[in-house]
Amino acid sequence: MSFEPKIIAFCCHYCAFAAADLAGSMRLSYPSNVKIVKIPCTGRVDVIHLLKAFEKGADGVYVAGCLEGNCHYIEGNIWAKKRVKSVKKLLDDIGIGGERLEMYNMSAAMGQRFAEVANEMTERIRQLGPSPLKRNLSDESNDGCEETCSTETPERSTVEV
Amino acid sequence: MKSGSNLERVLQSGNFAVTGELGPPKSADPEVIRKKAGILKGHVDAANITDNQTAVVRLSSIAAGAIVMPLAVEPIIQMTCRDRNRIAIQSDLLGAAALGMKNLLCLTGDHQKFGNHPQSKGVFDLDSINLLKMVRDMRDEKKFQCGDEITGKEPRLFVGAAENPFADPFEFRALRLGKKIAAGADFIQTQLVYNVPKFAKWMEMVRELGLHEKCKILAGVGPIKSLGAARYMATKVPGLDVPDEIVARLKGAENVKAEGIKLCIDIIQQVREIKGVAGVHIMAIEWEEAVPEIAEGAGLLPRPQIAASEANMVAAE
Amino acid sequence: MIIAEQKPLKEIREMIAPYKKVLVVGCGTCVTVCLSGGEKEVGVLASTLRLADAVDGNEREFVEQTITRQCEDEFIEQLRGNVEKVDAVLSLGCGVGVQDIAAIFPEIPVLPGLNTTSFGRPSEQGVWVEECAGCGDCILDETGGICPIARCAKNLLNGPCGGSHGGKCEISDDTPCAWALVYERLGRLGKLKTLEEIKPAKNWSTAGHGGPRKMVREDLRK
Repeated sequence: MSFEPKIIAFCCHYCAFAAADLAGSMRLSYPSNVKIVKIPCTGRVDVIHLLKAFEKGADGVYVAGCLEGNCHYIEGNIWAKKRVKSVKKLLDDIGIGGERLEMYNMSAAMGQRFAEVANEMTERIRQLGPSPLKRNLSDESNDGCEETCSTETPERSTVEV
Repeated sequence: MKSGSNLERVLQSGNFAVTGELGPPKSADPEVIRKKAGILKGHVDAANITDNQTAVVRLSSIAAGAIVMPLAVEPIIQMTCRDRNRIAIQSDLLGAAALGMKNLLCLTGDHQKFGNHPQSKGVFDLDSINLLKMVRDMRDEKKFQCGDEITGKEPRLFVGAAENPFADPFEFRALRLGKKIAAGADFIQTQLVYNVPKFAKWMEMVRELGLHEKCKILAGVGPIKSLGAARYMATKVPGLDVPDEIVARLKGAENVKAEGIKLCIDIIQQVREIKGVAGVHIMAIEWEEAVPEIAEGAGLLPRPQIAASEANMVAAE
Repeated sequence: MIIAEQKPLKEIREMIAPYKKVLVVGCGTCVTVCLSGGEKEVGVLASTLRLADAVDGNEREFVEQTITRQCEDEFIEQLRGNVEKVDAVLSLGCGVGVQDIAAIFPEIPVLPGLNTTSFGRPSEQGVWVEECAGCGDCILDETGGICPIARCAKNLLNGPCGGSHGGKCEISDDTPCAWALVYERLGRLGKLKTLEEIKPAKNWSTAGHGGPRKMVREDLRK
């Protein structure tokens, strides 16, 4: 049985999340491995959210924000980029591997790019294989994430061709 | 041989060693040093030259060492961590070795608050154990503390340390001695011994750890000059253990000075019987005149003359 | 505030290696403000350690708790319930916090998760600078409000030394020369003349060189 990764995408309400919707309306296919977490701005994504995603069993995580210079909150995506960079190093240090985490930028009009990124990340994590956690943490770790993030998935029915 | 000093030769040949102490003056007067050296000459195998003892400014230990060497008194340079950082200490040790000095005693040093410059900044860059390791590595590894190689002649010093068997926690003292030996101590001079049974107990722990075989242990002894001094040492000096019977013995004496010397001789004879004691360190600071009498009275004279080859042979056995 | 920074992860992992259940304790005061040991950092560190253990297959649990201050006994008491459930405490407080927890709970190992570095302030977002050395004998009135004890690499009282160049210290171009700052500030205050006086050697006994310091207020003592 081939490995199907679980991927969490933190998507900014103003761009990547809208791009996901657009991809759906454009009937572009992207892998169902990608679970989208809608956020008001990638600047809201904190280090703990990225780590919790891995703790909860994600094999890959990415943050998708607005094009640099186009952040609705001026520089939220720049902060997100810095945080992603620092968590990548942390993941390298603890043996999970920084390549399982990525930062992408796109605009609301880039439905095509959204699908590309979802495909690219899914393919990357497939190649890398399952997250190297030898132990399932999802039951024991207390969750500081749920209260701050709402998970909302765009209408998948529009996505599937 | 580590340095081939007279002290090392005497100890290696298995003789019971005697060291003394010479405190440089609080002035630039070399005559004071020469006079004290004259008293110690022939009565000790080597003499500690104190390094700003009790944190009071005195003529430098290494300079005083250079003054006594031509007078046939072998110096044991004392070096504390209080006044110099690792750069200054290494520099001074290169200088001391270049001047022909062959023994070094590594100390942390009394806190500056006890001295005559209590407002000064204490350096304490290293502690005595790290100082020992640094000196040993300079000699045996030809390396500075930073790891850089000493490309020319390395300082060859016979390295000593002090240990106080009477400080707390008592159970840890022998283990701490072990640390000093592991760090590089070739010989040890102990704090003044007045409580011989407690010292014997400490030596027992030292022997259990086999430390007496790795290092030469010299028991610190010293005459008490007056009843006041005895009382002061018994109550006011931290880390000194002067039992009541010692004070009582001096109190009952007609001539306290003579009794003080006799007491010192008695203690030397007692510690000499303890297995693992390789010699005595007679501390008669500002009473150097007492040293010949003590050495004579304890049957420690004449001091042996040991050739390097002879010491090597004994050591090899 | 007291500035502290997290120890390298490797060092922390070595420290906790012998223990199976670890309480990670944050402090709500200085180290929260310098973003190294508050509730948020406790969460991130515990999560990181959990992940690292999961990767290595280690069985270890982490409990998280942050208290208002790790330097006051009554707040530390609030840890008791959790302390009784774990076999080690990893404190993200300053050195004072670590020691106070250890004093209150002497039966349990208390490990430092931070390196405490200095007293200072954020000079810009993400940068904290040392500005006070706690020397116990403040001379800021004489130096235009710039401390040469904390901010001059040689603790000079009569600077600047010959290494001062373009307002920078000889140790690094990233380090302002404290005495250049003093000079500039006293100039503005019209007090440059005071720099012509020789400032006498400092009394270091109040700076910790006289032994550990203690403040006693008899009027407040019970």
